[in-house]
Amino acid sequence: MAVMEQDSAQAPARASLVNDPKVRGLFYQVLLIGTLIFFGYFIVSNTIANLERQNIASGWGFLDISAGFGTSQALVDYTESSSYGRAIFVGFLNTLFVAVVGIFFATIIGFIVGIARLSNNWVVRQISYWYVELVRNVPLLLQIFFWYFAVLRAVPDKRDKWSFGFENFHLNITGLYGPKPVWEPGSAFIGYALIIAIAATFFIAKWAKKRQDATGQQFPIFRTALGLIICLPVITYLMTGMPMYLEHPNFVEEGPILRRGFELGVGARLIPEFLALTAALAIYTAAFIAEIVRAGIQAVNHGQTEAAHALGLRNSPTLRLVIIPQAMRVIIPPLTSQYLNLTKNSSLAVAIAYPDLVSMGGTVLNQTGQAIEIIAIWMAVYLSLSLITSAFMNWYNQRMALVER
Amino acid sequence: MSTNSVFEVRTEEAPTLPAPVSTSGVIGWMRANLFSSIGNTVLTVIGVLIAYSLIAPLIQFALIDAVWTGDNREACLPQDGGHSGACWAYVEAYFPQFIYGRYPTEEIWRVNIVYFLFAALLVPLAMPSMPFKRTNALLFLVAFPIVAYFLLTGLVIGGTVILPIVETAVWGGLLVTLVIAVTGIVASLPLGIALALGRRSKMPVIKLVSIIFIEFWRGVPLITVLFMSSVMLPLFLPEGVTFDKLLRVLIGVTLFSAAYMAEVVRGGLQAIPKGQYEGAMALGLRFWPMMYLIILPQALKLVIPGIVNTFIGLFKDTTLVLIVGMFDLLGQIQSSFTDPTWSTPSQGHTGYLFAAIVFFVFCFGMSRYSIFMEKKLHTGHKR
Amino acid sequence: MTNKFLPLVLGAALGATATAASATTLEDIKGKGFIQCGVSQGLPGFSNPDAQGNWTGLDVDLCRAMASAVFGDAEAVKFTPLSAKERFTALQSGEVDVLSRNTTWTMSRDTQLGLNFAGVNYYDGQGFMVRKDLGVTSALELSGASVCTNTGTTTELNVADYFRANNMPYEIVAFEKADEVVAAYDAGRCDVYTTDASGLYAQRLKLTNPGDHMVLPEIISKEPLGPVVRQGDDEWFNIAKWTLNAMINAEELGVTSANVDEMKGSDNPSIKRLLGVDGAFGEGIGLSNDWAYNIIKNVGNYEESFNANVGPDTPLGISRGVNALWSDGGFLYAAPVR
Repeated sequence: MAVMEQDSAQAPARASLVNDPKVRGLFYQVLLIGTLIFFGYFIVSNTIANLERQNIASGWGFLDISAGFGTSQALVDYTESSSYGRAIFVGFLNTLFVAVVGIFFATIIGFIVGIARLSNNWVVRQISYWYVELVRNVPLLLQIFFWYFAVLRAVPDKRDKWSFGFENFHLNITGLYGPKPVWEPGSAFIGYALIIAIAATFFIAKWAKKRQDATGQQFPIFRTALGLIICLPVITYLMTGMPMYLEHPNFVEEGPILRRGFELGVGARLIPEFLALTAALAIYTAAFIAEIVRAGIQAVNHGQTEAAHALGLRNSPTLRLVIIPQAMRVIIPPLTSQYLNLTKNSSLAVAIAYPDLVSMGGTVLNQTGQAIEIIAIWMAVYLSLSLITSAFMNWYNQRMALVER
Repeated sequence: MSTNSVFEVRTEEAPTLPAPVSTSGVIGWMRANLFSSIGNTVLTVIGVLIAYSLIAPLIQFALIDAVWTGDNREACLPQDGGHSGACWAYVEAYFPQFIYGRYPTEEIWRVNIVYFLFAALLVPLAMPSMPFKRTNALLFLVAFPIVAYFLLTGLVIGGTVILPIVETAVWGGLLVTLVIAVTGIVASLPLGIALALGRRSKMPVIKLVSIIFIEFWRGVPLITVLFMSSVMLPLFLPEGVTFDKLLRVLIGVTLFSAAYMAEVVRGGLQAIPKGQYEGAMALGLRFWPMMYLIILPQALKLVIPGIVNTFIGLFKDTTLVLIVGMFDLLGQIQSSFTDPTWSTPSQGHTGYLFAAIVFFVFCFGMSRYSIFMEKKLHTGHKR
Repeated sequence: MTNKFLPLVLGAALGATATAASATTLEDIKGKGFIQCGVSQGLPGFSNPDAQGNWTGLDVDLCRAMASAVFGDAEAVKFTPLSAKERFTALQSGEVDVLSRNTTWTMSRDTQLGLNFAGVNYYDGQGFMVRKDLGVTSALELSGASVCTNTGTTTELNVADYFRANNMPYEIVAFEKADEVVAAYDAGRCDVYTTDASGLYAQRLKLTNPGDHMVLPEIISKEPLGPVVRQGDDEWFNIAKWTLNAMINAEELGVTSANVDEMKGSDNPSIKRLLGVDGAFGEGIGLSNDWAYNIIKNVGNYEESFNANVGPDTPLGISRGVNALWSDGGFLYAAPVR
């Protein structure tokens, strides 16, 4: 600005131009672009010079090279001879997995605690208050360490187990085990049946809504949908000759000590790193969600509760049918950013050996030394996840928004 | 029940209702708040059980079974094979390291002065009733960082050593946690304000650049930012120019928190009624005087709770620097686990518990303050 | 020149240690008065800080020896703890002058990262540690085991190769920091802890009951550990290389920190050349001629450093093994000062 004023003092003829907001705006914008270009050029030229001088490889060719390291959890086929690109993809899927499961549990816990914060029971109110305060004010990383190292020591060791759910599920230090469905040829029909059931539910719901709008008659859509989605695949399963069976984890109790415990690769298994990370993320984020839910409910006029009670609704239907739907409008925008935070926080997995995107990418970075490419992948993935989530939530928010007359 | 008359005439006396349930006194309070119905009673019992099962072992570990004095691991080893409690003697032995890191013992007075100045300037600034806010804020935001910088790193003028240089590599513990969190917030404030103004600007390029900057940093996790500052930043600089490791982390943290700060400040700017802008413009004020004299003083006051909340978040997030090999409070505690002198089964739990208590005290205190300010500022501007 | 100017201004404003690149690393170091040495974040015996922040270890001694060679002062060195991930970047960018951080010499690191390995100060190999009660006596019995290790190191790749080559299924659990690997192994998450054998001995000290664990006899890889410098500065490379050689030669010639002064009067021409009594070998690497004398006087020879940090009398209790002199059946064979 100093330059501008000097200019105007020296050249009064151009004063009007200088004071023109459009011209000034243009000047500032050109200045900004110029600075950015210079800065970008500075960084890029330095980087290229540094890479050349230090003889560091660059480019995306490394993605096809065999990775050579293993991983404890892969949702798609992965071996040591898979490529670096595949390794990063495995990490990406693991990030999505922990984020989705974490969001699911965080939402449930968060809503329960948020409603409990407003309970008229003093004990419940106090517990939920201290839950929120304790969890929110302690660093997440510390909580992850707690869940991993403190809880790891509390569960049975590798040669022992806790069983529950009619001996179907088992827990020990190597993880949570359960039956794994194994699909045989012909099982595709079950999938088709499921798709048909979902499609049918969709159309029935549309028809039911139309009918209710027209005649006011309700249709038991929930029960119908449940029946369709469960029965149709089950019937198909029986008709196609039961092409699926459950593979139970194999707990070996004899033989050399090393071989005792659960056999690798038999049955479904969740590794303890996943369990600890999910627990920490869900419990941490739930505390924030609880506060959002509480604020959302409080934002609904108390008259709504009174009116619902006056209509004869009990507490639970009042909450479910009157309060929550209205509170959701207030809740959803901040809820979105909590979901995003959870996804981003899942990158702390690197501290406890959960092979997420940052952890796998970090290993690749170490093996190849290609810092720029790996960090670019990280940034791009998290940014796209952010954008997709906020796009989805915006769409949902628009649907939920109050239609004003 | 059909009658031709539209009137209802009561022919007998209404039944006497029982006296209302007492809601005063201890019993009345308990009845209303704990046992108002069967469901409520069940909830109360379950709640008490949960609370007991969580609190009892914690008290057992932290207080009853705890070892308070001792010189080495012998004192904290479990007696006769039983459970061992918290080993506070170990925390006591390592306490200076948790607070100052490996800062040279004979120079620790410098850190103490910084801590003292920090508290002495922050407390009056935080109390709304204290006068000289503007001077105080200037001292805290401008003078204090400069003084603290020279006190902590050292001062050499023309070859004469006034304060011996202390490498940032030996800083650690709470010192690093506070340096990162406070610098992150103080340095991100001007940048955040600029970005918030940029995002509300009518100039398309400036607006776009601000939005991209803000959304980029808000969209990526802090840990990738820290990795970037520790492995990628050196590649951006010309040959022979290196940044101190702590400084690199500070740059990353500042850019990161500036994006969050920008959104907080934007919230404050949006809360200012349009009349304030129009009034300022009607007085003939240009953009910067208008912002400096009219809008920002009001907006920044409004966003104090938001800034405090951002600070709490950043304060907790500083623990992430341990992943890139720096020793913040948590990192320092973790690194002390490798000392065989104090190696006991309860050492890890004690260390983590200590960290949790310290973080909780700081963050809980700040969040109370934030709520207090929020209530205090809950006036005006609401239409 | 603007390219260099901007960060200097920025750096000055921000308080960065922005040193303009002089002609050579040695000149830089002489200018600032100390060597910046990259070490590990805490590996007992190799580079570990005590409660007062003093660094000790075999890798630390090498940096102190280099400081002695350049300045005649073993304290003219500052240590930067580095994670496995950032160590090479820190050296490439000039943040540290030498990396002495139990780093394995491999071809890709030597040729693709712009680095030079100045020699080997510890011949290591990857080993396995297991609980004694598993009853395992050989690594070949580890089929189906879960294995804890560090990410970003050669160990992760070696263990994958080894288990694949022997057709054994396994599960890898890879942590970012060594402390967490030890904690997880100690908690029983894994059956096996694998890293360099020296690291196994060092980390075993941190376990709750070190006596319950044993190191298996198999060594599955070659891990020559040594100091690393930037490529393209031969003078500094030579100083690193010959500091190490001087320590080994001193052991071979029987020169120790205790007897180095009287050895100056020795008749042995090799000792005379080493200690700078004869010839001008120090000048050849840009140092004074008593460079090796200073190393031995301040730090000691290789044997002294080994015994003080990792030897049988230390908690690590590592025997010389392949790290003995060639004349004792080991691999240590330093080029002569001649």
